[in-house]
Amino acid sequence: MTIPAITNPTFNETFYTSLQTPPTGERVRTCLQCGMCSGVCPFGYVMDFPPGRMIAALRSEIFDRVMNTDTVWMCVACYACTEVCPSGIPLTEKLMARAKEELILAGKVPAELQLALENSQRYGNVLGQSPRKRADWTKGIQATVPVFGKEKKSAEVLWYVGDYASYHPRVQTTSRALAQILNALGVDFAILGPDEFGDGDSQRLAGERGLFEVLAGKNAQAFRKYKFGEIITTDPHAFNAIKNIYPTLGFAFPVRHYTQFLAERLDQLKPLLKQPVNGKITFHDPCYLGRANNIYDEPRALLQALPGAELVEMSHSGKTSLCCGGGGGGMWLDGFHWEKAHTRTSEWRIREALAANATTLTVACPYEPPRFEDAIKTIREASGMEVRDVVELLAESMG
Amino acid sequence: MNIVVPIKMVPDLVEELVIDASGARLDPDALRLRLNEFDDHAIEQAILLKEKGAGQVTVVAPDIEGVDDALFTAAAKGADRLIKLTGNWNNGVNNHALARVFANFIKTLRPELILTGVQAHNDLDGAVGPQMAEHLGMAYVGYVSGVIVSDKAQVRKEFPGGMIAEMNVVLPAVLGIQAAEKPPRYVPISKVRATMKTAKIETFPAMELETAGAPTTVRLFQPETGARATMLEGDADAVATRLVEIFRESGVL
Amino acid sequence: MNSDIFVVIEHLRGQVSDISYVMLAAARGLANATGGKVIAVMLGHDVEALARDLAADRVLYIEHAAFADFSSDAYQRTLENVIKENAPRAVLFGDTTIGGDVAAWLSTHLALPLVSACRTFRADGSAPKFVSQICGGKMMAEGDLPAPTALVLMVPGGYKPEQGRAAQAPELVHGSAPALDDLRVTVKEYIEPAVGDVDVAKEAILVAIGRGVQNQDNVELAEELAKSLGGVVAGSRPVIDQGWLAPTRLVGKSGKAVKPKLYLALGISGAPEHTEAIGDSEMIIAINTDPTAPIFDIAKFGAQVDMLDLMPVLTEQVQQAKGLA
Repeated sequence: MTIPAITNPTFNETFYTSLQTPPTGERVRTCLQCGMCSGVCPFGYVMDFPPGRMIAALRSEIFDRVMNTDTVWMCVACYACTEVCPSGIPLTEKLMARAKEELILAGKVPAELQLALENSQRYGNVLGQSPRKRADWTKGIQATVPVFGKEKKSAEVLWYVGDYASYHPRVQTTSRALAQILNALGVDFAILGPDEFGDGDSQRLAGERGLFEVLAGKNAQAFRKYKFGEIITTDPHAFNAIKNIYPTLGFAFPVRHYTQFLAERLDQLKPLLKQPVNGKITFHDPCYLGRANNIYDEPRALLQALPGAELVEMSHSGKTSLCCGGGGGGMWLDGFHWEKAHTRTSEWRIREALAANATTLTVACPYEPPRFEDAIKTIREASGMEVRDVVELLAESMG
Repeated sequence: MNIVVPIKMVPDLVEELVIDASGARLDPDALRLRLNEFDDHAIEQAILLKEKGAGQVTVVAPDIEGVDDALFTAAAKGADRLIKLTGNWNNGVNNHALARVFANFIKTLRPELILTGVQAHNDLDGAVGPQMAEHLGMAYVGYVSGVIVSDKAQVRKEFPGGMIAEMNVVLPAVLGIQAAEKPPRYVPISKVRATMKTAKIETFPAMELETAGAPTTVRLFQPETGARATMLEGDADAVATRLVEIFRESGVL
Repeated sequence: MNSDIFVVIEHLRGQVSDISYVMLAAARGLANATGGKVIAVMLGHDVEALARDLAADRVLYIEHAAFADFSSDAYQRTLENVIKENAPRAVLFGDTTIGGDVAAWLSTHLALPLVSACRTFRADGSAPKFVSQICGGKMMAEGDLPAPTALVLMVPGGYKPEQGRAAQAPELVHGSAPALDDLRVTVKEYIEPAVGDVDVAKEAILVAIGRGVQNQDNVELAEELAKSLGGVVAGSRPVIDQGWLAPTRLVGKSGKAVKPKLYLALGISGAPEHTEAIGDSEMIIAINTDPTAPIFDIAKFGAQVDMLDLMPVLTEQVQQAKGLA
């Protein structure tokens, strides 16, 4: 059923109608106002209009009031709301991201986020680093990391590295570890280097769909220059973008997250893992592997393969995993989030790891090492806890 | 009121600057250009004035690679007219020449107010604004961080230590903008792309370039970059003693 | 041809700015090379006394009520005459809110070449050279100081202001101003900076604390150290978040960018969000127990000691040094 057209629709009407794009958008009309979304949202209590109340505002035709608030920016696009919604409304993608989009169009963007978006646009990476230096992390390291280009035009695997894994000093350790493992497994791979642009998925969910499309177009152009069997990503956000959103733009490429790729090769990998791990490990399910894409087992399989591994689970795990706070723009809204909430989900998560008696918190998303390590510094009891990406533990065990 | 904003593109410092074979110029192939940050503020201030009912905003730029994007973005923010001046810009051009080109063209627009960035980081022969003002016979005030227009301009001029002078300026005038009253707004890419379809960039030929007035650079060189910190040895007492020496040597004490 | 070096003194509300003294120091070196004199040009209203410590051979003081404030129009019209009448070898202006309003206009009006962002002069026998600092300090440009008369806009950093201060008052002569009615640019009033607010962006000495400070009580130690040095305490994000310092003290991406003479970073790791805001500091000294902290990559000096141990002993030693000085 379509809503009859009205002459001179209000902003509320236009926006509400725009949300209802089939097949899933129409479900917004079936909202029960049960409150599950607002309740499970890690920052729902801070928002003036958490998801459920935002829909109520739309139905009451007072969405204009939402536009005069700024707490939509507390949304970290963690999919917790989408996961629990009994009506199956795509809240994260279709409601929260769209609300942010309207705020940006109205010129209401927090300054921190504005800079991140401008960096992405100008330099193709959200950190504002020189695009020419995107592959500099490969210089002087022990592992061999071929770059697609003049010498290499085809490979079995195109490793899409990503912004943080390319440029952020803490996350470059993850990249080096993954390179080491790929070498050890004899994988025929290459990276794009300066031809690679950021995935832009968090920026998309922060309301900049246009930016995402520009970056996607540039990546697709780069992908098409070379021959490869599949793409693997360091980053679950990139995995999500390439797998689920790129096809809506007209280009599809086979893609997996590195945990899936490595889990498939466990028989080959396991004998290489020599050094045992100490203490208890707990795995933090990244939102974009877990809730967004239903990948829970492969990272655990890799961790179980480590000699001496003792895996414990935190109170929120798997589908209920607690977001590190970096998605949906959160990575670039730390100051803003702190001022509104005076708490960080990353600190909450460290306390959960402590409560589970874990000594190592393992992650599989580049946003997480810097976020969790920062959180550890402010929690005295956690001073002995370490944060490691899954590949870092694997590489350390390989020796 | 006619508000004109002349803008220029400058080297983006995110990229490494490379000195060319002559040793006296930056290698243009290694340069990435971006809109001069202060000109971005000038555009924002002009749009803010327009939003308060001041009039029309015209943005004028030399026809250099990358300038189209800056012009369309200005239009997406609300600029009414976009103008590119075509000329022989390939060998880079100093501000004396650019000021002459701008003044020569802008006088045909008969603006009451010209807003431009107070400076640019690659300025070697003074800023463009005061030079344009002299050519046009207009008053000039730089380091401006607030503008109100009526029959005259009331501007806030910044002085060191946080002091501000509220000044009256007879129009027509050129103002060198240090900061717009609000930081330059964000324009979503979808809006810029939409603007590219509707806005038009007009082109006019620039006058012949006259470069007199600027110094000649004989040599470009990079300042000594600091290596990793010199580490001071010893316990807290020893380090403190050494620090006091360093403070003395550097004039802190 | 005149070989004198003129320096346009900048002053506001009873104070001569540091850049004026820097220029006098620069002018002395230039004058030694050209064989000329250093002439300080001061436009003012009842402020002859300010000329007392200018290290110049002569002060050309021009009195007019219009010079009670700085007006670009008034300065342009007056200096135009001064330069035409004297044809000096060089005229130095501060590359500032004062000099910037005047020099480039004069360059165009008098058809005299202009060098800006000048940090130092090189005068080793042959014709004097300028050395300017451009592109955010990443590039230096050197060239011959244009002849016969060059206008120069100077930035600080190449000379110490102390070198431009004189122990004895220089000779002072009076010049005359042209008619200065109908100024197009006039001051209506001044707005002072808010009292009680510290603006870290404008401080010369910053004692910056990071997570290593650990708790509120230890912030006191930093306050004492800052006081002894004549500076103020600033902080990185976590310190402000904990409420141990006011948000006005925040240095970093979401706070302020600073350019002090000394940035003493205590217990700050040097994450990009912080270091991008301190890159313009003249000298960064970093104290951190973690030898791999990235702050050491941009600091000039560092030490791997505990900041909580260092602060009290450093405060004491600084106080002693000042007591003796």
